[in-house]
Amino acid sequence: MGCVEGGEQARSTADAVARRSYGRLVAFLAARTRDVASVEDALAEAFASALQDWPRNGCPANPEGWLLTAARRKLIDFARRRRTGENAGGELQLIAEELEAAAAAAVAGATRELQIPDQRLALMFACAHPAIEAGVRAPLILQVLLGLDAAMIASAFLTSPAAMGQRLVRAKDKIRKAGIPFRIPEREELPERLGAVLDAIYAAFSEGWTDSGGTDVARRDLAEEALFLGQLVTQMLPGEPEALGLLALMFYVEARRPARRNARGEYVPLAEQDMSLWNMDMIAAAEGLLLHASAFNSIGRYQIEAALQSAHVARRRMGDSNWGAIVQLYDALLALSGSPVVAINRALAIAEVEGAPAALEILQGLAGDERLTQYQPYWAARAELLARTNACDEARHAYEVAIGLERDPAVRDFLMRRQSALAL
Amino acid sequence: MQYMLLAYVDQLTYAKMTPEEQKQGLGAYQSFMEALHKAGAYQASGRLQPTTTATTVRVSNGKTQVLNGPYMETKEQLGGYFLIEAPDLDAALSWAARCPASHHGTVEVRPIWVM
Repeated sequence: MGCVEGGEQARSTADAVARRSYGRLVAFLAARTRDVASVEDALAEAFASALQDWPRNGCPANPEGWLLTAARRKLIDFARRRRTGENAGGELQLIAEELEAAAAAAVAGATRELQIPDQRLALMFACAHPAIEAGVRAPLILQVLLGLDAAMIASAFLTSPAAMGQRLVRAKDKIRKAGIPFRIPEREELPERLGAVLDAIYAAFSEGWTDSGGTDVARRDLAEEALFLGQLVTQMLPGEPEALGLLALMFYVEARRPARRNARGEYVPLAEQDMSLWNMDMIAAAEGLLLHASAFNSIGRYQIEAALQSAHVARRRMGDSNWGAIVQLYDALLALSGSPVVAINRALAIAEVEGAPAALEILQGLAGDERLTQYQPYWAARAELLARTNACDEARHAYEVAIGLERDPAVRDFLMRRQSALAL
Repeated sequence: MQYMLLAYVDQLTYAKMTPEEQKQGLGAYQSFMEALHKAGAYQASGRLQPTTTATTVRVSNGKTQVLNGPYMETKEQLGGYFLIEAPDLDAALSWAARCPASHHGTVEVRPIWVM
């Protein structure tokens, strides 16, 4: 499948390949060298070379194969530059042969379409190895598998970009130097390693989901990629209820994506969404997954979150607002996760049962958490509750902060509409 | 890859053991070494005398400073080492878990720096 010459065409082919195959190429190469950072650099250079070469010489019939070969050459260059010592020759020879054999195996039997074995799951488990600092496992998977930059990951994980960048570098360094293996763990060690993998998939999904209008292609892809990874894990590990719970959760959220924006591109909260826009097949699939997960009788964070989604969906569809049950689910979730973000949502559910003042009191108790002072949903929740108690000046101020913190223009507009609706 | 297993244990524990217990304890280490040999993983090992025998040397500004005692006073002390060959970290970690020191102390696993 050749393509028309020209810079634009080359760029869009390279973009398409990057989107489709980036994680697969990283996993395939890193499994051989264990040197994730070098593989990322080599692939970045390979993509850069493609943008120079393809407009001149036309896009190759097999862009992935071209990139794999180019990246392999860069890796051998890197190794040669790094190893100038006496025994460098032997080591270098080994790397070269290993990469050569791997590439040959990948191309074997495929004249046009390259079949790169999918080793992404093995790579995810290497990133989620117990020898890797717990807090960096999920960010590491996001960066290595999906090519996200440290700043984007840092914002999803409520930390500073500089600190996140440093932790990612250290983690990759450890994978290489400590010899962390790239393989799927044995059955008995799987469940404990799975948690970190699931967290990363969900973080990728949430990051992609922020732009629910789907105007930003990279972000829409991120959610799709997360759904794909979630499905991959459940196929591989059909007996893991939390993996099923996560997939159910993502389906519930994804099913409502088209309803989260109106025709004018404005943000629509759940309570006001047009349910005819919900993807009922996807919701049915989510219900099925959740039911299947519950048969294993082993509750966890993702099953609870999926159950919450299920309750919210039922509330809208059947007009059945069982807020008491929703609060109970949030209680269980908070006990499991201790997350301040969960505490905010729990407070909003409590507002429906006990009224806004009780919820505001809970939020006040969270105010000491420094991460929350820069977290938009905290301020939006506060504003909403203050508005309900007619504390208009305070509500206006809280909306002001929330608007100042929000990156998504549609959500910002929504918050501004809420703010201007306040009584003077 | 080569890994160093560094055994950190409370050196007073051994001194407090009965001769019978000491014999048993040493036997466990011998079995561990035997297993390492059988698997072809053994490279080298050594047991260290207690930190009361330690002397620390530091040269600064051309002046050699010799101090009586270990570099740091800690609850568990470096008591011995095993240099092993293992295909990856997981293999090295499972040797560390078999090492008797990980049951009555802590084993630190460090990859050898390839020059």
